[in-house]
Amino acid sequence: MFSDYTSAELISIFAMQGFAGLILFSVFVLMALGLAIIFGQMGVINMAHGEFMILGAYVTYLISNLFASYLPSLFGIYFFIAMIISFVAAGALGALVEWSFIRFLYQRPLDTLLATWGLSLILQQIYRSVFGAREVGVTLPDWLMGSIPLTDTIEIPINGLFVMVLTIAIAVAVYLLMYKSRWGCQVRAVVQNRPMAAAVGINTARIDRITFALGCGIAGVAGSAFTMIGSTGPTAGQLYIVDTFLVVVFGGAASLLGTIASAFTISQAQSTMEFFLSGSMAKVLTLLTVVIILMIRPQGLFAMKVRK
Amino acid sequence: MSLNNVSLNNVSMHSIKTLFPKHDIVYLALLALFLGVFLPMTLDIFRLNLVGKYLTYAFVAVGLVLCWGYGGILSLGQGVFFGLGGYCMAMFLKLESSDPESTKIQSTPGIPDFMDWNQITDLPWFWEPFYSLPFTIIAIIAVPSIFAYIIAVAMFKRRVGGVYFAIITQAIASILTILIIGQQGYTGGVNGITDLRTLLGWDIRTDSAKYVLYYVNFFFLMACLLTAQFVRKSKLGRLLVAMRGREDRVRFSGYDVSSFKIFVFCLGAAFSAIGGAMFTLQVGFMSPSFVGIVPSIEMVIFCAVGGRLSIFGAVYGTLLVNWAKTTFSESFPELWLFAMGALFIGVVMAFPSGLAGIYKSHIEPFIARSWEKLKRSAPTKPVAMAGSVSPLGK
Repeated sequence: MFSDYTSAELISIFAMQGFAGLILFSVFVLMALGLAIIFGQMGVINMAHGEFMILGAYVTYLISNLFASYLPSLFGIYFFIAMIISFVAAGALGALVEWSFIRFLYQRPLDTLLATWGLSLILQQIYRSVFGAREVGVTLPDWLMGSIPLTDTIEIPINGLFVMVLTIAIAVAVYLLMYKSRWGCQVRAVVQNRPMAAAVGINTARIDRITFALGCGIAGVAGSAFTMIGSTGPTAGQLYIVDTFLVVVFGGAASLLGTIASAFTISQAQSTMEFFLSGSMAKVLTLLTVVIILMIRPQGLFAMKVRK
Repeated sequence: MSLNNVSLNNVSMHSIKTLFPKHDIVYLALLALFLGVFLPMTLDIFRLNLVGKYLTYAFVAVGLVLCWGYGGILSLGQGVFFGLGGYCMAMFLKLESSDPESTKIQSTPGIPDFMDWNQITDLPWFWEPFYSLPFTIIAIIAVPSIFAYIIAVAMFKRRVGGVYFAIITQAIASILTILIIGQQGYTGGVNGITDLRTLLGWDIRTDSAKYVLYYVNFFFLMACLLTAQFVRKSKLGRLLVAMRGREDRVRFSGYDVSSFKIFVFCLGAAFSAIGGAMFTLQVGFMSPSFVGIVPSIEMVIFCAVGGRLSIFGAVYGTLLVNWAKTTFSESFPELWLFAMGALFIGVVMAFPSGLAGIYKSHIEPFIARSWEKLKRSAPTKPVAMAGSVSPLGK
C-alpha cells in the first residue's frame, strides 16, 4: 500500500495524519482524563460520560450565540468563558447525579453501568428536545481560523493546535491537583484504602462527590474543546464512549500517565491507518488490537497496585 | 419386577422434584399456557408475530440470567451472539432466495443482490457452505459458541471479570458492528440481509408460516428454559452462585472456576444464537442494528426488569419492556427514551431483583395467605381426606 507514494509524500502524509491523530488524541485525553478519575479512582462506570461532554459542547454553542448577538466586540474571547461555564455546568450536574443515585451504588459497580446508561438515554432525549436532532456547530473566532504552513505540503490548522495546547494545560492541571494538592492526596488515600482513609478523618463521601463532579467537569471542558474541531449532535457522545473506555482500560485504570500514553497510541494508530484503509477498517483494526492486547495483558499498560 | 418399577418411578419422581422444587413447575406450566395458548388465541397474527419477535430476545435474557444473575458475569455483547446466529440463518435464506432464476437482471446472476450492487462478482468463500441447511443449523450454534469460547478462555483464564469483562464485550460488539457496516459487499452493510423469502421452498412470509414459526420459537424457548432450569438446579448452578459471592473460596476449595464461567458464557451465547436465528426467520431480515452496543444493553435491561435471578421472570420482563416500547414509540416517540432511561435507573435503584423480586416479596405471600384462608374456610371434606391419607402414608 506504500508503493504508490514517493518517500517525500509518505513523510508529509504521516505528518499530516499524525497531526490529525494528535487532535483525536486531545479529545480522547480530555474525555479519558475525566473517565479515568471517575472509573480509575472510584470504580464507577459512567456510561453517561459522553453526554456530560456533549453538555459542555452545547453550553459552548449557547455562549457563542450569546456573544455573537449581544457582545460581538468580545467574540474573540468567548471560548474561554464558555469553557469555564461548561466546566461548572457539567460539574454541577455530575454532583447532582452522584448525590441522587451514584452514591447508593458504590458496592455494585455493574449496576452503576446500567443506571448511568439510563441517565445517558434521558440526557440524549433532553438534548434532542431542546436543541433539535440536527447537529450544531459554533462559529470560530477569526484568530482560530486558518493554518500555519510548515512546508509546502504540511500545514497545521490553528484550531487543532489550540485544542492541543488546551489539552496539555488541562492534563498538567489535573496532574497537579491529583499529586500535589491536599485534596488529591485525600483522593488517592481513599482509593488505596477506604476504611483507613475514613479512620484518619477524611470525609470519604465528600471526596467521592467532588471527585465525580471533577471528572464530569473535565468532560464538559472536553466537549467545549470538541466544538472547535467538529459539530455536536445529541448522540455524538455515544460515539466516543466505548473508545474512551478502551483508552482508560488499556492505559491501566488508575494511572493518569497510562491514560495519556494509551490515548496517544490508539489515536495515532487509528488516524495513520485511516489514510491507507477505509475509516471503518482502521477503527476495527485499532480496537481489535487493543482488545487482543487487553486479553493478553488485562491490567493495561501501566498498572497500579491497589488493595481491593 | 414391580419393586423395580416402583424404585425407577421413585428415582424419576425424585429427579423431577430436584429439577422443579416448590412452585417452579407451576410457573413453567403457566408460562407455557400463557405463550402457547392464551396469546395465540387472543392476538391476531400481526401482533402474535410481534410477540414472537420479542420472544427471540427472551432467549438472550434467559442466557443473561445464567451468566449475570447466577454467574455474576455481565456481558454487554450478547447482541454479538444474537447477531451471529441471525446472520448465519439469513445467509442461508438469502442464498436460497437469490437463485440465478430470480436474480437474472443482475450483472452476475446467482449471488445476493447487495453483492451485485457492490461490484462483487464471485460468492465469497465463507458464504459457500451456507448453501447447505444442515451446515447452517450447525453453524448457528457453533459459530457463536466458538466465538464465545475464545473470548471466555482469553478472559476468564486470566481472571478478568466484572467491569473489565463488561467493557471488553462491549468493545467487541462495537467492533463487529463497524465491521459489518464497513464490509458492505460481504454483509449487506447497514441495511443488513433483507428480502428473505423461503426456507427450502416453504414461504416464510405467509400467515400460516408465521403461526408455525411462532410455535417453533415457543418450543425452542421452552427447551432453553428447561436447560436453564437444569443448570440452575444442578451443582453447576450452585457453584456459579458461590463464585459470584466469593470466587477465591471456590477456587481454594479446588474447583476450576474459569471453566465453569466459560461453560455458562458459551451456553448464554448459544441461547442468544438460537434467538437470533428465530428472529431472522420470523421477521424476515437481519441487520447490524441488532448486534451493536445499544441492543446489547437493552437486552440486559430486559433481563433486569424481569429479575436477574429468575429465568421465567426474564421472559415476562422481555415481553413487558418490548410491549411498552412498541406502545410508547407508536404514540409518544419522544417520551420513550425518557421512559427507558427511567426504567434503567428505577430498576437498579428500587427493584434490583425485578418483577420476580416483586412477585416473591409481595404476591407470593399474598397467594400463600389466601390459600391458607381458603383451606381453613373450606368445608371439612378435604380435611377429613387429609386425615385419612396421612396414616396410610406413614
